[in-house]
Amino acid sequence: MTSSTAPAERSVRSRIWRTAGLPILSILLGLLVGAVVILGSELLLPDHTFDWTLPITAYRALIQGSIGSVNSIINTLVETVPLVLAGLSVALGFKAGLFNIGAQGQFLIGALGAVTVGVAMAGQPPILAISVATLAGFLAGAAWGFIPGILKAVSGAHEVVTTIMLNYIAISVLAWAVSGPLKVPGSPSPITHDVGNAALPILVGSTGHLGILIALGMVAAVSWLLFRTTLGFEIRTVGANPDAARYAGMRPKRLIVLTMSACGALAGLAGACIVLGVTHSMTSAFGTTVGFDAIAVALLARSNPVGVIFSGLLFGAMRAGSGLMQIEAGIPPELIDVVQAMILLFLVIGPVLTRVLRLRGVSGNLGATETITRTYGKEAVS
Amino acid sequence: MDQLITGLYGIPVVGFVLQFAGYLVAVLPQNASIILQSAVPIALAALCGVMCERSGVVNIGIEGMMLTAAFVGWIVGVVLAPILPADPSPIFGLTPALIIAFVFAVLSAVAVALLHAWLSISVRADQIISGTIINILAAGLTAYLYTIVSQGSPESAGYFPPFVPPSAITSLPVIGWIIAMFFNQGPIAMSLIVIVVGFQIWLFRSRWGLRSRAVGEHPKAAETVGIDVIRLRYMNVLYGGVLAGLAGAYLTMEASNSFQAGMTGGRGFIGLAAMIVGRWTPLGAFGAALLFSSSQSLGQIIKFAPPSGDVGTTLLSIPGQFYDALPYLVTIIVLAGFVGRSIPPAADGQPYEREAAT
Repeated sequence: MTSSTAPAERSVRSRIWRTAGLPILSILLGLLVGAVVILGSELLLPDHTFDWTLPITAYRALIQGSIGSVNSIINTLVETVPLVLAGLSVALGFKAGLFNIGAQGQFLIGALGAVTVGVAMAGQPPILAISVATLAGFLAGAAWGFIPGILKAVSGAHEVVTTIMLNYIAISVLAWAVSGPLKVPGSPSPITHDVGNAALPILVGSTGHLGILIALGMVAAVSWLLFRTTLGFEIRTVGANPDAARYAGMRPKRLIVLTMSACGALAGLAGACIVLGVTHSMTSAFGTTVGFDAIAVALLARSNPVGVIFSGLLFGAMRAGSGLMQIEAGIPPELIDVVQAMILLFLVIGPVLTRVLRLRGVSGNLGATETITRTYGKEAVS
Repeated sequence: MDQLITGLYGIPVVGFVLQFAGYLVAVLPQNASIILQSAVPIALAALCGVMCERSGVVNIGIEGMMLTAAFVGWIVGVVLAPILPADPSPIFGLTPALIIAFVFAVLSAVAVALLHAWLSISVRADQIISGTIINILAAGLTAYLYTIVSQGSPESAGYFPPFVPPSAITSLPVIGWIIAMFFNQGPIAMSLIVIVVGFQIWLFRSRWGLRSRAVGEHPKAAETVGIDVIRLRYMNVLYGGVLAGLAGAYLTMEASNSFQAGMTGGRGFIGLAAMIVGRWTPLGAFGAALLFSSSQSLGQIIKFAPPSGDVGTTLLSIPGQFYDALPYLVTIIVLAGFVGRSIPPAADGQPYEREAAT
């Protein structure tokens, strides 16, 4: 009996080790470099006596602030929601061979769409207001994602440049809307009305809103789309080899436009979740780095929708704990960006790491990102 | 002639467009210095792109290299200014602190370029992913360190002041504004045109240029005739780092004397678009950079010297955020019109794997 189950168990374990080995190693090394950066930055702090244990104090506060209590766990979940949604957006793009650096802009426009409709529907019955406002965020994001999609399909302009430009344009659009048409008349600073009944209901604790379920639902939906439908098969084929996809009778240009729009919709939903679930109104200072963190989330998950939950939780926990880290250790929250980037750096040098550290059975491959540079500067499909 | 112009301006819509065009013709030469100034970081970023991509390495990380250089130039100046003597030399008001800070700024960008070269040439990682990671890392690290340093209210080391040519020359008819454009500038902006022309000649008329282009078009053929593909690509990415370093140093040491988190504002990417629109040539990239910087300066120009009549009222009634977004909008539109007709080097973005000797 034992002899027959042992190999199966071992193969499951080796499969997990194969796919998760490199991400886990990268996370540990990234945190290690973060500690070195903390020690190094102590030299720059004015009137500060050098303290060897500051990294430990900082990381202890980070853990305390993210999973130390029920409240902090709920905060972690709330921080994770937009990261999972925007992370799915970037991951879905990778699967189709597209690099959606524009998640940030789609996120902002999605939030703007949700707040516009949310304010207009503030007095309607909650079920109607919530669903229409959320849908507005979804559609606004989709429209913002459609632009780089159609540009790539028609002219071949690579999405890496066009989406970055659209990110900056989105900032201007948002600033204009909040200080112009959406501004509360008479208010000294640019701010919109409250979304009222369109606010997402709180499910757990004092902040855990409906977005948690929306994010989980979207993970299931994207997994189903990618791995259980013909469309998903076509998306993955175009991502792996656009020319082969065309010879097989698929229409890569149509798929590019469709996928970019879907990416935009997911990032837009992330914006809707923040504005309807957390802030309930919008100022000109709205906008976190969710869209850029999403790149890290998708890469760490190797573009796997279920993996996005785990990497989203990791970075969400860091964001949630960074406040306490600042209070207790005096370390600015920007440290999280440094750690995040270092994790990515170690992921990318995966092939070198696995060789140098002699890790056998660990895949050093980043997954689903092979065709991104190949289409750079060229017509989408020859 | 005047009657003809007045007549043309009277036609609806067409007249409006003509009036706007007439305004641009009148106002752009007066503001040529400002336009060149905002073109400097874009053009240098574009040249960095040309340098890397001509030899087959896609460099999305220009933005990160610029940001690193901008921060290092500023912080080294802040640290050194109180220590070193501060008597400015007669030319450009250079102080020892500024010169050392400038050298460190350029070297820091070269160090980041070395990381990109290693990732994309030796590790053979996806070059766009590698560049993106460099951008995220530079943005995070500079923002983090800036937050820490600014707690001590640091004192800037100053900046390279512009050279002021005699007004007798700049007020010359016809060519006066061109002289002002290129010479009423600080050292980095003034050397830009030399770099552009020199790079153009170097790339198309020298042995190094021929080899670089060969390595970018057909590395295997280049290797066959004895060119060391890997070494040449490494060198060119590092040269690109120097150019990106100049662009970054310009932001904190010549255009201003302070640093802000994320102050590059996408200029590295606009530079990449200028490179594509300029068909991967230094002169073309410089021209495209001037186009993009004109659109960047337009909002500023309209605010200070609005045209008279209907055109003026219309332009002033457009919200300021539109002018903020204008350079990015122009970049997308021009780029979409040019890609496909502008052909990249054939081996652009493809890692080179040397064949094993048999």
